Amino acid sequence: MIEMRGVSKRFGRVDVLRGVDLDARTGRVTAVIGPNGAGKTTLIKMILGLARPDGGRILFDGRDVANEVGYRARIGYMPQIARFPENLTGADLLAMLEDLRGGTTPVDRELVERLALGDQLAKPLRVLSGGTRQKVNAALAFLFRPELLILDEPTAGLDPVSSSILKDEVHRARAEGRTFIITSHIMSELEELSDDVAFLLDGTVRFSGTLEELKRVTRQANLERAIAQLMTRGAAA
Amino acid sequence: MSRMSRMSRMSATTKVIKYEMSNVVRSRWVLAYALFFFLVTDALLRFGGDGTRALLSLVNIVLFIIPLVTIVFGTMYLYDAREFTELLLAQPVHRRQLFAGLYVGLALPLSLGFLAGVGLPFALHGLGGATEGATLAALALAGVLLTSVFTAIAFLIAVRSEDKVKGLGLAIAIWLAFAVVYDGLVLLAVSIFADYPLERPMVAMMLANPVDLARVFLLMRFDVAALMGYTGAVFERLFGTERGVILALGVLGAWCAVPLALGLRWFQRKDF
Repeated sequence: MIEMRGVSKRFGRVDVLRGVDLDARTGRVTAVIGPNGAGKTTLIKMILGLARPDGGRILFDGRDVANEVGYRARIGYMPQIARFPENLTGADLLAMLEDLRGGTTPVDRELVERLALGDQLAKPLRVLSGGTRQKVNAALAFLFRPELLILDEPTAGLDPVSSSILKDEVHRARAEGRTFIITSHIMSELEELSDDVAFLLDGTVRFSGTLEELKRVTRQANLERAIAQLMTRGAAA
Repeated sequence: MSRMSRMSRMSATTKVIKYEMSNVVRSRWVLAYALFFFLVTDALLRFGGDGTRALLSLVNIVLFIIPLVTIVFGTMYLYDAREFTELLLAQPVHRRQLFAGLYVGLALPLSLGFLAGVGLPFALHGLGGATEGATLAALALAGVLLTSVFTAIAFLIAVRSEDKVKGLGLAIAIWLAFAVVYDGLVLLAVSIFADYPLERPMVAMMLANPVDLARVFLLMRFDVAALMGYTGAVFERLFGTERGVILALGVLGAWCAVPLALGLRWFQRKDF
């Protein structure tokens, strides 16, 4: 669904991404892993057109996303930090996005219900706690039944119950054939959710393949140890 | 571009305006802003004698307060709305639409707050004749233009500078330059170059300052040459009242259009 070819990006004097090749295959969950500052969020923002690559191409279903807008109607995005216009209510926000997307399919309020957001949506977003805002943030990403969901550290700030609900949603949507790109620093979570792994270090993809391949190549039993090995190897190289 | 897509482009902008306006209007800032103008205008009409004198006092308040509040509130608002802007950019919306929506959604409630605050007391106390009505209309127009200009400058700052503190500092510095430092510079120039013909440089200086343009535009309506200041007197002598008014309004329009065009250009290239 997403193909990145030789994508590079620099901010000032820093080369954040240096020729990244990455695929997110349809119907699969791709985990993007890397240390802080590896460029994971930049990568995600470039898929959405929030940042523009300096070089390389990003294809969505085979079409270059540069100067395109319409494809974003097929993406649900859950950003890392959930900050909204403080005087609007959650319901206003949902209505606004529905309005902007102008979709004909009925919205998916399952996550709104399961996270028990009903009452919270009537309040101005400014009075909601950080965790509740994060729940609204998650519900927004799933709301339009998008084909591709991009979740940037989705469970950060969520309590265990909510984060389990969110993970169940990921499993459910994945079973329906939808595609995910997820970043996280919690390896156990990614191990549970993902099919494929892309490991980003110093602006390039050091490993790209299935979870099983990663474990086999590194001869480790779980994702956390496999990534730790890749990191130490990367530091030695 | 087909008509259909142009229509949907229009409506996306209107939708952004609608939601942003309801967000801005619900913030207590705009209410306080409107209330401030209401109280000041009401007090001037009650205690300041006739409507013309109240209007004259209002001119100075409008010239001082509107640029300050608009540029500071605008810059702050845009920094705080950054994540929201990102959320909107992740939707199927063109950057141009979003920019237009954000701008109008901010400039419109500020303008309406000002118009309601000044207009309501006059509606309550009644107008003292057609001339006074025309002057009030001129004041309203100047206020809306100043709001548009300084909202545009706020966009320019917020799009360009990533750092909120720096941006806020820049906003205040720009306001100081236009509203305070400028007058000192004019005086200094006049006293240093007293022996030279200063008319043209003075007009150039005036065109470079939207606040001064608005001031001269408004004071040309009153018969008070003494308040016009050096630049105003020169301006009126050079262009006469009628052409002067048109020129002042035109340049104020440019002061709105140029920062907006530049802001849009930067906004379209910006990485969020």
